[in-house]
Amino acid sequence: MENVISVNGLVKSFGRTRALDGLDLEVRRGEVHGFLGPNGAGKSTAIRVLLGLLRADSGTTTLFGGDPWRDAVSLHRRLAYVPGDVTLWPNLTGGEVIDLLGRLRGGLDTTRRDELIERFELDPRKKGRTYSKGNRQKVALVAALASDAELLVLDEPTSGLDPLMESVFQACINDERGAGRTVLLSSHILAEAEALCDRVSIIRAGRTVETGTLAELRHLTRTAIHAELAASPNGLGSLPGVHDLVVEGERVRFQVDNAELDTVLRALTTVGVRGLTSQPPTLEELFLRHYQKAEEEVVR
Amino acid sequence: MTGTWHLFRFALRRDRVVLPLWTILLGLFPGLVASSFAGLYPDPAELQKFAASMSNPSLTAVYGPIWAPNLGGLTAWRSSIVLLIVALATAFTVIRHTRAEEEQGRRELLGATVVGREAGLAAAMLVALLAAVVVGGLTAVGTAAAGAGGAGALALGLQYFLACLLFGAIAAVIAQITQGARTARWIAGAVLIGSLLLRMVGDAGGDLNSPLSWVSPIGFLQRLRPFADERWWVAAVVLLVVVLLSALAYRLNAVRDLDAGLIASRPGPARAPRTLLSPLGLAWRLQRATLFGWLIGYAVLGLFLGSATDAAVDAVKDSPDLADAIARIGGGASIGDMVIATGMAIIGIGAAGQGVQAALRARSEESALRVEPVLAASVGRLRWAGGHLLFAFFGPALGLLVAGLFLGIGYGAGSGEGAGAIGRVVGAGAGQIPAVWFTVAIVVLLFGLLPRLTGLGWAVLAFFLLLGQLGAILQLGQWALDLSPFTHLPALPGGEVTATPLVWLVALAALLTAAGLAGFRRRDIASGG
Repeated sequence: MENVISVNGLVKSFGRTRALDGLDLEVRRGEVHGFLGPNGAGKSTAIRVLLGLLRADSGTTTLFGGDPWRDAVSLHRRLAYVPGDVTLWPNLTGGEVIDLLGRLRGGLDTTRRDELIERFELDPRKKGRTYSKGNRQKVALVAALASDAELLVLDEPTSGLDPLMESVFQACINDERGAGRTVLLSSHILAEAEALCDRVSIIRAGRTVETGTLAELRHLTRTAIHAELAASPNGLGSLPGVHDLVVEGERVRFQVDNAELDTVLRALTTVGVRGLTSQPPTLEELFLRHYQKAEEEVVR
Repeated sequence: MTGTWHLFRFALRRDRVVLPLWTILLGLFPGLVASSFAGLYPDPAELQKFAASMSNPSLTAVYGPIWAPNLGGLTAWRSSIVLLIVALATAFTVIRHTRAEEEQGRRELLGATVVGREAGLAAAMLVALLAAVVVGGLTAVGTAAAGAGGAGALALGLQYFLACLLFGAIAAVIAQITQGARTARWIAGAVLIGSLLLRMVGDAGGDLNSPLSWVSPIGFLQRLRPFADERWWVAAVVLLVVVLLSALAYRLNAVRDLDAGLIASRPGPARAPRTLLSPLGLAWRLQRATLFGWLIGYAVLGLFLGSATDAAVDAVKDSPDLADAIARIGGGASIGDMVIATGMAIIGIGAAGQGVQAALRARSEESALRVEPVLAASVGRLRWAGGHLLFAFFGPALGLLVAGLFLGIGYGAGSGEGAGAIGRVVGAGAGQIPAVWFTVAIVVLLFGLLPRLTGLGWAVLAFFLLLGQLGAILQLGQWALDLSPFTHLPALPGGEVTATPLVWLVALAALLTAAGLAGFRRRDIASGG
């Protein structure tokens, strides 16, 4: 499958701070790719390099096979961008900004524009300075979604949106996926990424620490099991891959490495299972594991 | 008022470089001028002769009357341009700590803490008071130290102190009325220019009690007459006005909502007009109000100055002595030409200010992160910057031509010279363009290579202004005067034009602009913080 974005060993420093420290990122055509990390991890910096707004110190970055710095103008015809911090011109109305950005990008679909304004319940006649944060965000979202760009670059696009609008946004992204568009979605809201993304890359301190489909990532991690057994189990704790085991009479709680799930379940069924709930790991846990690891490293 | 003291200290912390810099440097100026005069004319008789030669309508229009032909009187007269600068600087300081804070949403952040709703305004007024004390104090001490002491030095210091306070209070009221800091600064500047114009026309006729001069805040302050039978009651009146204006500002601040002005925002069009839909269209939209403001200013200034020139010409006609003195210092130029050339030199600095302001708009768009979505669309950097630079270079050029046109109309109509005057005066306006472009080009260079320092463009302009106005008085060498591009311009109308310096200025401006743009293409776009 062809890559729309591929970034290799990207480094970018601002003075003494190293914002990106060997970042890798691959976004395939037609996928919704989650770009995850906490505040300050370097997501926005990486996006700005991809947009040719910042110049990389080293590493390679290609966008649609071109150089995002050198070919910025022609490449930008094929993408639409929603910045993380939307600031509008105080005296321009939201509608004017939507038309302006659409036009500067090379055109926008007016039917879609009107439809999206309706869907996001945006008043396009208000002046930029009078919009709330969420409404400014909607202006930028409508401008991007109404374009016919092949790639949408969205930097924390739902910050400030209320839960209703958040679900409208999710529906829109699913439509875009259906229409074959590629989306790079930076976020620190894991539920959103879980709901939308085909693949995710997790970054920490300017470096990619994990990348893959959610299924692949889950495979690397653990499932939480609660079980009610026919009798008190023996030797469960000595099985490979079992963690945090708590036994309360016939009830057990533990986490198990997904690779050992099969063996452990067999061990349970030999005792006899009365009730069982298993929870797949959430992205949250994935995330926390990476960051706890980082903290442990720091402590060491 | 809770929290005023904290906010005041916070404001001082934010202004810890700029505030001491301008208050101390400008406060020292009158003293420097005084010691320079004392060095040039050690003998009081010589001073008197010099004063007599300077008492012509063109210089009176520009600087105001010389109230006393002694060291103190001449210092007060010649430094009057500094009076304008400190007034404007205080006004901008107050706006920076009131409306600008509010517009950026920082007041909201502070307003949610234990801070009274008047605290922000009160803190800004305290900063203005501090600036006024420093400027006034240094002025009084400096002139006294240079040999012009006594009640006159005290009155001169008081005059500077009151100029700061008065325009600080005017700015405080404006900041409550407008919704944007930019508009507030614009109105404050217009009030200052307007009061200068009134005084110019009032004083040009030779009648030192012209009602126009008394109505003008600047003219009124100058009628404190330092070193010449000081009118202390003038100071009392100004102080009363300051108190009233401050009370008005507090009242307005108390009755309005956060973020609101007195003029409410109305809904606009849901669709963009075709004219907006390009980088140039966007630049036009953002710059046009400012451009029209300047053009109206030029037209009004031109008409006023034209009629001031007429008044000056008439005054000379009535007095053969004066005509004699003019002929001696003017080197053959007519009195009309002299007034226009002096006025045009000041309009030229104003036009450079217009250019600097328009060029800085590009930087403020960038720092506000508004350029990001534009450049993330299919817009090249040069195309975007070019839109704003068009206004930075051609806006002031257009303005100078408009100023020349209206000055020519105002003057030609009265003098009977008619249409011929218009051509010559428009030419004089055009003569300022090379120096204006050079100044703007320095800002473009900073914008491209040292973007964080782009704001220094204003300092560069102030430096040129002070060099031109006070460099000769301070006995700076020719090399120092030559640093300002305005030194190299011919005195028009009436003077001789040599092409070489003009060509050099334009060529250097082109070079600096090219270097700045090349830098801008290569550098990172500001990403906040």
